[in-house]
Amino acid sequence: MAEPYLSATAMRGGYGKADILNGCTLTVDKGQIAVIVGPNGAGKSTAMKAVFGMLALREGRVTLAGEDITGLTPQERVRKGMGFVPQTHNIFPTMTVEENLEMGAYIRQDDFTGTLEQVYDLFPAVADKRKQNAGELSGGQRQQVAVGRALMTRPSLLMLDEPTAGVSPIVMDELFDRIIEVARTGISILMVEQNARQALEIADIGYVLVQGANRYTDSGQALLADPEVRRTFLGG
Amino acid sequence: MDLLNALVAILNFVVIPAASYGAQLALGALGVTLIYGILRFSNFAHGDTMAFGAAMVILITWGLQALGIGLGPLPTALLALPFGIALSAVFILGTDRAVYRFYRRKRSAPIILVMASVGVMFIMNGLTRLIIGVDEIRFDDGARFVFTVRDFRDWTGLSEGLSLRVSQLITLVVTALACWGLFRFLNRSRAGKAMRAYSDNEDLALLSGIDPERVVRLTWLIATALAVTAGTLYGLDKSFKVFNYFQILLPIFAASIVGGLGNPLGAVAGGFIVAFSEVAVTYPWKKIATYLGFEPQGLLQLLSTEYKFAVSFVILIVVLLFRPTGLLRGKSV
Amino acid sequence: MSNIRQADASSPWRAPILFLVLALLFLAEGSFRNALFSGSWNTALAILNMGLISAVMALGVNMQWGYAGLFNAGVVGFLALGGLAPVLVSTAPVAGAWAAGGPRVVLALLVGLGTLVLAAQAWRRVPGLMRVPALVAVLGLGFVLYRWLFDPAVMAIEANNSASAGHIGGLGWPVLLSWPVGALFAAAAAWGVGKVALGLRSDYLAIATLGIGEIIVAVMRNEEWLSRGVKNVSGIPRPVPYELDLQSDPDFVARAAEWGLSPALASGIWVKLLYAGLFGAVLLVLILLAELALKSPWGRMMRAIRDNETAAEAMGKDVTRRHLQIFVIGSAVIGLAGAMMVTLDGLLSPNSFNPLRYTFLIWVMVIVGGSGNNWGAALGAILIWFLWIKAEVWGPELMRLLTGPLPAGALRDHLLGSAPHMRFIALGLVLLLVLRFAPRGLVPEK
Repeated sequence: MAEPYLSATAMRGGYGKADILNGCTLTVDKGQIAVIVGPNGAGKSTAMKAVFGMLALREGRVTLAGEDITGLTPQERVRKGMGFVPQTHNIFPTMTVEENLEMGAYIRQDDFTGTLEQVYDLFPAVADKRKQNAGELSGGQRQQVAVGRALMTRPSLLMLDEPTAGVSPIVMDELFDRIIEVARTGISILMVEQNARQALEIADIGYVLVQGANRYTDSGQALLADPEVRRTFLGG
Repeated sequence: MDLLNALVAILNFVVIPAASYGAQLALGALGVTLIYGILRFSNFAHGDTMAFGAAMVILITWGLQALGIGLGPLPTALLALPFGIALSAVFILGTDRAVYRFYRRKRSAPIILVMASVGVMFIMNGLTRLIIGVDEIRFDDGARFVFTVRDFRDWTGLSEGLSLRVSQLITLVVTALACWGLFRFLNRSRAGKAMRAYSDNEDLALLSGIDPERVVRLTWLIATALAVTAGTLYGLDKSFKVFNYFQILLPIFAASIVGGLGNPLGAVAGGFIVAFSEVAVTYPWKKIATYLGFEPQGLLQLLSTEYKFAVSFVILIVVLLFRPTGLLRGKSV
Repeated sequence: MSNIRQADASSPWRAPILFLVLALLFLAEGSFRNALFSGSWNTALAILNMGLISAVMALGVNMQWGYAGLFNAGVVGFLALGGLAPVLVSTAPVAGAWAAGGPRVVLALLVGLGTLVLAAQAWRRVPGLMRVPALVAVLGLGFVLYRWLFDPAVMAIEANNSASAGHIGGLGWPVLLSWPVGALFAAAAAWGVGKVALGLRSDYLAIATLGIGEIIVAVMRNEEWLSRGVKNVSGIPRPVPYELDLQSDPDFVARAAEWGLSPALASGIWVKLLYAGLFGAVLLVLILLAELALKSPWGRMMRAIRDNETAAEAMGKDVTRRHLQIFVIGSAVIGLAGAMMVTLDGLLSPNSFNPLRYTFLIWVMVIVGGSGNNWGAALGAILIWFLWIKAEVWGPELMRLLTGPLPAGALRDHLLGSAPHMRFIALGLVLLLVLRFAPRGLVPEK
């Protein structure tokens, strides 16, 4: 079997003395949607940050398209094709929607108007508000801007930290639809989600983390069908 | 006729002086607010940056005058200004390298940076005194008036006069150009947008590949250019004296807080609000009231001019009480 | 970790040794006469006395900065306000001044204060759309009434014997009584500023205090009825005997002769020693109280708040309230120092209150001495004050040495003439260097 597009293996590390990650492994194939779920404090966001280089690992390695990127800074990883959408503070509030997207493309030297149009096609709701300050938009639209900003570098892997936190169920469904659409264009998705059930429904692969280690790993549907997973993590 | 006279008097004693003073404050406040937005601290050395830069401009002006180079009716200082900006910018970038960068890397609390800026303030203050002394210096050569009170009376036949000094006109024109240039830069250019992005959300700006050190350097450069321009215009308008630049720090801080710290448009608005309030409150309105047919007992001066700084302070307090983020929303943290 | 432990290990000896060095400096100043020292005990003691007062100021600033991390950029204002107390409390009453307009001024000030209170009430009570008009009406009417009461009264007081008085004068009470009154004045002003500016961003307090400092000094400079403005108030009574009285006292002259001193010299030294004892006692009592407070639960909570405001807030501590407390107490100490200083000078000179000298120099004292440590702040104050005074002598000497090789001419004259300004540069450098390389100061916090 060929090596997966993103492979983060046996990650150990944390913010002080105690490790939060205890040998966690995450892999995502090209065009796949991978979802990390688990109880509070399981290290879901930490695992994502470790993949993105915002947390120094004590052990383990991260490869992207076969290249070892364990030692790179987040900025360097962006140049390698990673896009990251933080959970909060993920837009420039006093800049217009269009400027937010332009800033997303800051590292690109080429003409990015094509990408800009693609993002507007993907999110027609914010396309209408391109001259409006992003801080004035509704929560769901802000998340769309945030995802759009990350897409501007044309990443091959898009990482989303709880993209649906604090938005209504309707907006959530809409966002998930968009994420599926993004994945169909060949971009791999790695996502941390609090709304485990809905997220696993769209997941090609799901990781259930407990105390910084993999507890269950399977396809989204299989995890949903697993009575043990349902009972412990999905509330029955 | 008396109504016209009253209008002219208001124009002459309130509107024109306040507008040019407001323009100087606005330029100063723009620098403070930019530094606040990017470096996240209130720069106490800003007043002395203005003084230091103006001192540089004066030295170069003297040099140019000795060489016989001038601008005709315009003050030679205008020609010296770019050189003054360049010299001051070198110094300020040096202070960033030697002082502020260390605390930035350590992510120190803003108050530590404020403290460091006090140290820089002392050094710049001492250097300025060392270089140019503490005496009052006038360096406005060229024509003094665009038109004088007498010119105006001859043209209009009104009993009330109106004059416009060259320094006032230059202040307004230069400020308008500087603001136009700055806002164009911030709103249109890639580097300007990067600055705004960094000010909005530092972490996300880093993720987007914006180089923080470049943004910081650019910010110092622009703030210094604005400060030196403000300092020179202030000196042209009111003569140069080192201590005055320490005192102008308060109205400048007031202007930037009133407008919302970190918000450039707010800084400009704040500068004019503070200046107009200051002049309006300290101007004796008796003359104008007389034109309007009243016979006031006193001078109708709300506050004596010695207390003009109290006006900035009161405005500051009112804004802090009712709207701590400023009139146009700035940063609260 | 190892660094901190090292500092801990050396700290028991550090403060005593540094105080010893300081004492040696003063001994040298008193005994050797050369390019560096004056060899005059009068000079040495004069520096020491102002050093002790500076130490009290530094103590006040240290409470605000060291205990609570509050940046007071208006020290000069609280100091000047404290300095007003000896004038109002202990100078002799001015004949006719009170009758000329005293009650009316007091009434005017009460009306002014009442207007502000009423305005605050109006803002709180009046609902909806009428709020702003009500506020404006209260303020406007209050202001007119205030000026109507205030202006004629002030004019009358200032006209009363304007050549030698022209101010409201004092109560003629003992001057020591004015010290706590000075502290109260400063505390009241601090409460007002703190109420507005605390609880917002940390730099807002710095900017607001910068403003109140400038305004207080402006008031002192311009309100002649209160402080005689630029005309100064002199002849403030002393808590210690006058030199001339001592010189005409046969007992004193005889005792001076025993020591082999001329009466003039002996009286100067004796008076300064008495002051030094008085100021030293105040300083020691304040340090004692401050140390006790710091070790109490209140002090522990203060430090907890300073070290982690968010955590303290989460634990239910009212951070803003605590900050207001410490800000008021620290300002009171600064006000006390102001009253002490004016008493020492026997003169209130509103023009001399310069922010560079009385705000930022004090800050350098605290930072150099060791923020958070009372002994450190006191040490830093006396040391920096000594150096600040001596730099006046040393700077030109050094400049003369440096410019020796230069030909006589305009450049050399300019450099020699501007040597005093080097003090500011030196001060700035000291502040930056200590802040960067020894942020815990000479005597670090325990």
